[in-house]
Amino acid sequence: MSITDLRQPLALDPELPATPPPRRPRHGSVPRSARTTTIIVGVALTVGAAITALPFFWMVFSSVKPRSESVAYPPALLPREPTFEFYVQLFQELDFGRYVLNTLAIVLISMIGLLLMAMAGYGFAKFTFRGREPLFFLVLITMMIPVQVTMIPTYLILNGMKLTNTLIGIALPTLVSGFSIFLFRQFMSTIPTEILEAARIDGASEMRIFLRIVLPMSRPIMAVQIVLTFIAGWNSFLWPLILANDERLYTLSVGVSLLNQQIATNPSLQMAAATLMVVPILIVFVIFQRSVVQGFALSGLK
Amino acid sequence: MRTRSAPYLLIAPAMLLLIAFGVLPIMVAVVVSLTDMNLAGLGDWSRIEFIGVANYTQLFADPAFWQALWNTGIFAILGVPAVVVLSLIVALLLNRSQNRFFRALRSFYFLPAITAIVAISLVWGYLYNTQFGLFNYLLSLIGIPPVQWLSDPVMVKFSLVLVAVWRGTGLNIIIFLAALQSVPKEYLEAASLDGAGSMRTTVSVVIPLLRFAIFFVTITTIIAWLQFFDEPFVLTKGGPLGASTSVSLFLYQTGFSSSQFGYAAAGSVVLFVIIAVVTVIQLRGRKADVDY
Repeated sequence: MSITDLRQPLALDPELPATPPPRRPRHGSVPRSARTTTIIVGVALTVGAAITALPFFWMVFSSVKPRSESVAYPPALLPREPTFEFYVQLFQELDFGRYVLNTLAIVLISMIGLLLMAMAGYGFAKFTFRGREPLFFLVLITMMIPVQVTMIPTYLILNGMKLTNTLIGIALPTLVSGFSIFLFRQFMSTIPTEILEAARIDGASEMRIFLRIVLPMSRPIMAVQIVLTFIAGWNSFLWPLILANDERLYTLSVGVSLLNQQIATNPSLQMAAATLMVVPILIVFVIFQRSVVQGFALSGLK
Repeated sequence: MRTRSAPYLLIAPAMLLLIAFGVLPIMVAVVVSLTDMNLAGLGDWSRIEFIGVANYTQLFADPAFWQALWNTGIFAILGVPAVVVLSLIVALLLNRSQNRFFRALRSFYFLPAITAIVAISLVWGYLYNTQFGLFNYLLSLIGIPPVQWLSDPVMVKFSLVLVAVWRGTGLNIIIFLAALQSVPKEYLEAASLDGAGSMRTTVSVVIPLLRFAIFFVTITTIIAWLQFFDEPFVLTKGGPLGASTSVSLFLYQTGFSSSQFGYAAAGSVVLFVIIAVVTVIQLRGRKADVDY
């Protein structure tokens, strides 16, 4: 049976007021078997969620275990004598304060990229101009090109521009992405053109229209992109690793990856560093989770 | 800013950056791959020589490159179906109810996707540890002898895939959930009027409607696995004896550890061609599919 056949009974509804069709079960009167299934599904999902979250719990609890407990066998989830000495050590002996500042600087620079991408998305969504189609096609193409393919030539280009060992150089390769421009364009196509026209007739400049009308109307997509940009900037690993030779330019992820050499010696210190990197992201995500999910729905992925 | 020039001024900054770091590098890679550029050539361009396709002939005779290609293939074969099937199942289950509890559960499944892979790899390395790791302890409870998670050449592939699958499902679950929201309610109501159970509805109505999302997730997942890098970089450095070296890691090692830029650029071009071919084949297959 095809889907169009299935629609038939609903289409007949208004014509048959005397014999109402069987009602869809309402919330309060869900058949017992369906409710049992939902409970079973809920339990299965809870178990799956617990397994998924296990490494996070293990990480957080291990970060406050004294060294003797972190290498004890058999391992225990909860620390018996919790200590914060490894967090202190990260900041006092290992310069993680500087890494945090560098990482925040990368995040801030990438927010500028966000504004550029919003402008481009608006340009593609609301203007017709020569070369629009091929240029937008170019945007889509870049989504397909993996960073590992461009890694070496991009390094050579940045080296030629004397931008290795600078925060700007680290942020540049990922400053704009085809995917974000695509998301902005999808969303901004839905802004009514009449509003823009009315503003033009009132004599508003194009920049003013963008800043005062388009950006405020794009708040939902902007929220998503800010969250995603924050997460990407905070986690950025490959470019800082390649471009920063100077330890003073290391980001958190590079600092954390260096700790891997101590794998056998000090798991607690590693877990403290990992927690420092992961927990801020978890907080940001839990707060903005809903808008991130909506953003994917908005992007036209249906 | 006049209206006529406005669109160009709006798109110019982003487009210039996109071209400089998205398109130009491909051309640079092709040119550099035909030279013997190395650390000496990086400082002084006059020391770079054009050597034709020598890098490519050397590359295809290099057992380390073939091993990296082979490993990447195995990673993709193990990882892609696991990620797609697992995230589809979890998304369908999560979509069963819209109540608070189910919504709260979603976050748990998304979290691995957004956390820093470097930090996460350390955590998994700790769990995999053969002396005091949790996994071997759990296995010992059910009488299984300790497993060499990261030092056995066969096991290491499964261990890395497990980390990447754990991490890779979250984003795809979001995409599937977004797609599920757009399934028209009338179809589901109609199916339930016809007496179809939830299993039947899912298989006959919902999954066919998700065709585009499944296609999208599959294609992006394959591309992601061809780029597999962070997990082997942090957890194994490609070892033991290259058993977990992916193509991307091979490129990184030849390019940045031994500074053979020309040689690594040739590898980049080969990886690019592979990804382009896979993408085109899939798009072809998609065209043959019915429209949605």
